[in-house]
Amino acid sequence: MAYTIPRPKLNWKERLFLPVFASGLAITWRHFKNRMLGRTKVTMQYPEEKWDEHLPPHYRGAPTLVTDEHGRERCVACQLCEFICPPRAITIHPEEIPTTNKWKKVEKRPKEFEIDMIRCIYCGLCEEVCPEQAIFLRKDYSITGLSRAEMKHDKKKLYELGGVMTGLVNKWNDKK
Amino acid sequence: MWDFLFTPEVFLIWTSLLKTILLLAVILGLVSYTVYAERKVSALIQDRVGPNRTGIPLTGIRILGLGQPIADALKLLLKENFIPRSVHKFYYYIAPKLTMIPPILVLCVLPFGSSLFGVPMVIANINIGILFVFAVTSLGVYGIVLAGWASNSKYPFLGGIRSSSQMISYELAMGLSVVPIFMIIGTLNLSEVVRYQAQHGWLISPYWPQGLSLQSIFHGDWKAVGGALLAGLNLRHILLWFPLIISFFVFVVAIFAETNRLPFDLPEAEQELVGGYHTEYSSMGFALFFLGEYAAMISGSGVIVTLFFGGWSLPFIPDGSATTIFGMAIPGLSAVCSAHLASFIWGIVNIATFFGKVSCILLFMIWVRWTLPRLRYDQLMKFGWYFFFELALVNIFVTALILMYVK
Repeated sequence: MAYTIPRPKLNWKERLFLPVFASGLAITWRHFKNRMLGRTKVTMQYPEEKWDEHLPPHYRGAPTLVTDEHGRERCVACQLCEFICPPRAITIHPEEIPTTNKWKKVEKRPKEFEIDMIRCIYCGLCEEVCPEQAIFLRKDYSITGLSRAEMKHDKKKLYELGGVMTGLVNKWNDKK
Repeated sequence: MWDFLFTPEVFLIWTSLLKTILLLAVILGLVSYTVYAERKVSALIQDRVGPNRTGIPLTGIRILGLGQPIADALKLLLKENFIPRSVHKFYYYIAPKLTMIPPILVLCVLPFGSSLFGVPMVIANINIGILFVFAVTSLGVYGIVLAGWASNSKYPFLGGIRSSSQMISYELAMGLSVVPIFMIIGTLNLSEVVRYQAQHGWLISPYWPQGLSLQSIFHGDWKAVGGALLAGLNLRHILLWFPLIISFFVFVVAIFAETNRLPFDLPEAEQELVGGYHTEYSSMGFALFFLGEYAAMISGSGVIVTLFFGGWSLPFIPDGSATTIFGMAIPGLSAVCSAHLASFIWGIVNIATFFGKVSCILLFMIWVRWTLPRLRYDQLMKFGWYFFFELALVNIFVTALILMYVK
């Protein structure tokens, strides 16, 4: 149904538009002046200024693998993260831990652990699902590379990014 | 051997050529930096940063992004010039040139300085100055209309139509609004208009202490100073100020409409017409439209400055025929040398004054653009036909009455 929009009746001052033009010019002048005097907050100039030190602790950056204070790689290659990963960015090839190893009771560890950072959507499901507190999303957000191969983080790179995480639950230490 | 260069005809030809080349260089530079100013000022008004990256290539020096216009020009030059299959080729090619040429042609009658080495700083000192300006600026609309028609596409077509009707409604008011100026001054020659304003005061100001000089202030000649201050209180001058301020107002609005600037940019109307008449243009075709708009802004502000803000004149600043600096010779030089240098300095100062004033008007135009929303179509027509046309017409009669009865 067609309907008419009621238009306000303007008096002669409003119909002349000049007072509103003047007040509009005053507003833009105020913004211009404040910006010139540096009183206005503006966008961060990204490559020069970074937000890094202000990133919140729960920031979801690149997923990484961590070792604990005993130097043990936390991942036991259960492949839960591989299964839950929505874009299927994670590939794990497990292997058995040799019996000579100190941590042979853990039985399994990843032989290869690859996260394709082109596919990763930084959702953090891998961190949430991990029963071993082995995979964490860290604060690296600027992941770039010149080739697809470069964008695949292998096991070495992941441990390098993850580093050592202390204060985790060490459930394997008590087992014989 | 070189004497033939100083026969009057040959002298006129080569000085005019030299002036043309220099003025074109300055104007094209000014055009590209107006684009930069537009972007920067709009950013500052909208609490943004604006272009600040492009500087000198390969050095990493940024200097506030002042290299941006050069980069933009290079980008536009290197782009593919895509021509849709259905356009009318001839008109499609000629339209951008028709938009760019008129505003630049206008500049040839504007006195952009007093004189340099005795050569008047105006390319064509013709007696029909302002008529020439109107004749040429109204040609500018052909470029837009042709572009709209030749593109064979609906949005450019609408832009072209709008442009033509907008021009019709504003050209009249614009022509009529400046009539009072020429009634008062009595000549159409723009150099004479500026000279009149240098002596009798800018037309925009109601009060002008005529004949007040810095020397008399410095030397404490209070009688002369007082006399000049009193002479400024002239009933006729003050009464004439009212019609002049009205004609200034109408003329500025008409120039905004003429140059397709907001709030009258209906032919372009990015939001409704996808860029209007230049939708189908790319590369240099688009660049010519874009730069043509800014060239029109510059020539428009040049006309405003010439008619109302006293052109190259500035209070207390002599013109290029002065041979001393505030009554003193330049020390350490022979008398002839000093006189030449002084007149050269004043000539340059006058040119700088003109371009400084033009830049101020340009900044005002940019400021207005980033403040006001676009007028609705019927509002624009109403403004033009019902308000400005009548205002300009009545203004002429008011001026005539004042000139007749107040001596």
